[in-house]
Amino acid sequence: MTGLIYLKDVVTLQLDQQKCNGCKMCIFVCPHEVFGFREKKAIISNKDKCMECGACEKNCPEGALSVRSGVGCAAGVINGLLRGTEPSCDCSGSNSSCC
Amino acid sequence: MKKHYIIGSINTPVGKVEQVSTKWSRSDILSTIKVRWSVGRMSYRVKQGLYAVGTPDANSNIFVTANFKLSFDHLRRALDGINAWILVLDTKGINVWCAAGKGTFGTRELVYRIKAHELEKIVNHKTVIVPQLGAVGVSAHEVKDKTGFRVIYGPVRAEDIKNFVAAGNKATPEMRTVKFNIADRAKLIPVELAYGKYYLLFVPAVFFILAGLNRHGYSVDDAWKNGGRSIIYLLSAYISGCVLTPLLLPWIPFQRFSFKGLFVGWIVSSILLFFTFSEKNIIEIISWFLIMGGISSFLAMNFTGSSTFTSLSGVQKEMKLSLPLQIIAASIGFIGWIITRFI
Repeated sequence: MTGLIYLKDVVTLQLDQQKCNGCKMCIFVCPHEVFGFREKKAIISNKDKCMECGACEKNCPEGALSVRSGVGCAAGVINGLLRGTEPSCDCSGSNSSCC
Repeated sequence: MKKHYIIGSINTPVGKVEQVSTKWSRSDILSTIKVRWSVGRMSYRVKQGLYAVGTPDANSNIFVTANFKLSFDHLRRALDGINAWILVLDTKGINVWCAAGKGTFGTRELVYRIKAHELEKIVNHKTVIVPQLGAVGVSAHEVKDKTGFRVIYGPVRAEDIKNFVAAGNKATPEMRTVKFNIADRAKLIPVELAYGKYYLLFVPAVFFILAGLNRHGYSVDDAWKNGGRSIIYLLSAYISGCVLTPLLLPWIPFQRFSFKGLFVGWIVSSILLFFTFSEKNIIEIISWFLIMGGISSFLAMNFTGSSTFTSLSGVQKEMKLSLPLQIIAASIGFIGWIITRFI
């Protein structure tokens, strides 16, 4: 296992293997090799490496994956707290970006 | 106005398409440096639309990117020697990954551009290559349903495109993985340094002015002596959180960024205070540990936003404990430091 790992046992990623059709799309889009493949179905093999980006959920044609995706960014969380919204990396409106 | 990176045009069944250079000019390099230092970052864009690299035809690949010029520049440079089309989405000048997170680099914009630029008349293969990090915003099966075009996810890094194409448009696990090595982290340092903006002037100025306070009133000599020293401490804490912690990230103990920042901040404080404190004023020393630790910890925690492996759930868990502690530590430290002015 390579790469950096953040906090353990906090990630919200879930896979419903009953729904999986084995298309491997989640494996192709995951930036952190979270998924493996066993008996023609995807498995979650490195859950703690997940950064909750949401790419797998978005690209699963069967809706087998769910994750509460969002920005893993402290400034974004503070923005959300201050404005009473979801964490967001929109630092100051639509014409700006902080990441 | 004519852009320097446009070097000609290609005739297609749907009209002329501008041809772009695969080389970076001096002005491309200079503006890249400027953008890395946050200068004009928000308005560094190219016009959305279709472009040609080399002399593409109906069999050539279509690469999709964002209209942040740095994204576009890396793609066209990586396509040197390849005949291909580039489809630039309107992401309001934001890079692929961040725009995908916000949804501007997304299914809707991609579907719109595929139709608006009549790609089915330009190529005969019905596939588009989307950078893998765009998958956060793009749903491949929805694009297929709505346009008939199949989305192939290309490598994370533009520099792997040649190998990806040579392998028959296949990305290896290596190409699909986001790395975050020391070179990647070093590139982010300028943006991190620029993060403080006017706080970088304001906070040291406050310390400098207050440093002149003493029980007899106010002393300009004290402001210079203690204030100057305070500024050095503050800036050291800033560098600990914004530069040292990000650079040394994997080698610092602890998982939480705030603890890593505190650890580095306290090492730097220990060294500095050891060498600069001749008189043993324990309250002032403790105060500086609290202030410097709080600052370094907070800034290190902010680096979660620049890092490529932190999850929202993790950051929220970390902040729940760390943010209040940082605020309390820095506040107590500040009060302690004020008190020492008068004893």
